[in-house]
Amino acid sequence: MINKIVQTMAEALAGIKDGSTVLIGGFGSVGQPDALIEALIETGVKNLTIALNNAGSGHVGVAKLMEVGSVRKIICSFPRSSDPVVFETLYREGKLELEITPQGTLAERIRAAAAGIPAFFTATGAGTLLARGKESRVIDGRDYILETALKADVALVEAWQADRWGNLVYRGSGANFNPVMAAAATLTVAQVQHIVDLGDLHPHMVGTPGVYVNRVIQVDRGPEWTKEEA
Amino acid sequence: MTPFTRDQMAHRAADDIPEGWCVNLGIGIPTLVANHVPSTREVVFQSENGVIGMGPAPAKGHEDLWNINAGKQLITLVKGASFVGHADSFAMIRGGHIDLCVLGGFEVAENGDLANWATGENDTAPAVGGAMDLAAGAKRLWVIMDHTTKDGRPKLLEKCVYPLTGLKCVTRVYTNLATIDVVDGRGFVVRDMAPGLTFDELQAKTAAKLHQAH
Repeated sequence: MINKIVQTMAEALAGIKDGSTVLIGGFGSVGQPDALIEALIETGVKNLTIALNNAGSGHVGVAKLMEVGSVRKIICSFPRSSDPVVFETLYREGKLELEITPQGTLAERIRAAAAGIPAFFTATGAGTLLARGKESRVIDGRDYILETALKADVALVEAWQADRWGNLVYRGSGANFNPVMAAAATLTVAQVQHIVDLGDLHPHMVGTPGVYVNRVIQVDRGPEWTKEEA
Repeated sequence: MTPFTRDQMAHRAADDIPEGWCVNLGIGIPTLVANHVPSTREVVFQSENGVIGMGPAPAKGHEDLWNINAGKQLITLVKGASFVGHADSFAMIRGGHIDLCVLGGFEVAENGDLANWATGENDTAPAVGGAMDLAAGAKRLWVIMDHTTKDGRPKLLEKCVYPLTGLKCVTRVYTNLATIDVVDGRGFVVRDMAPGLTFDELQAKTAAKLHQAH
């Protein structure tokens, strides 16, 4: 019997090594695997490269992960989200390496990794500061730059529902980076609001097939997140 | 002469969006454009976090935390709306399926170059978000911005000074003083101006040659 559901955070994050590359899903707080990030902080893992859209806010979640010294490098599109105090301090002090990548290029680099594509040409960023050091080519009269796949050791994602096969269903704008990240890592761990019986997820609704998912843990994010859709 | 207000700028841009277009609105004044498209004219608003068919902000008590836009504001959905993940949302953008993107800007050059992501003057990290993807991928790019900086320097230039977001991508600029097309091989062509403003006065606030529409 396939059963990817785990009961404890220790099981969920077992085996994550120092120096890993970790994809973290979510856009703002929507679809963000808060509990997995907190548990990752507790593991005391070091020297991580993390890839996600923002660089955390305040002193919680990803910001706290950086503040406790677990992160060597961050790959993101928009580090200046609300209250990025931890990121800015560490970056200014030279304690954090930053790789800025346009949001669509970030998503596509992860998608390429998921699909076994090592690199691709894109017009995004051609001729700008972000083209520095990148191979460029003119195709059909237009300038393109070469971007490489972003493969990861670990993806931490969040979804609305899962079954024991690891099939995931997203809610609202909560898909965002989660499905593409789930498909691009060696170890994918999903934090979900609800676990349902195998067969209860309509096949058309599954946003991430369980083949991409290794472990599932049920976490209640609180009543404001779990109320039924209006 | 009375400059256009933020809402008037947004309204003027909204008036030029025909029914049926799929439109992505940037943060700031561009977000206001949606408020000025009448509900009788069906325009599909896309947000790069994977929302297609975005409606206005929710009424109090009807918020759904799961539904936000790229500016991380709570939104509603219109009938016919759909969700996708980031990879599909940006494939939509980068693959040329967005009819129009409206962004704010620091500078626009007469060849259509846009600078709107970094000033290159501070030591804080730059943040690009989805601006370069939209600049490279949307079929049309309109910019809504003040005609000059707060201290009076022109923002429409022969050549951008700040780091570029995209090259030769802007097709029209709505400022608080005028609406200006960016025409390939010709440069800035003035469509109309704020009431009471003369062409020479507008030219004096612009650091590139302006052309009359007719």
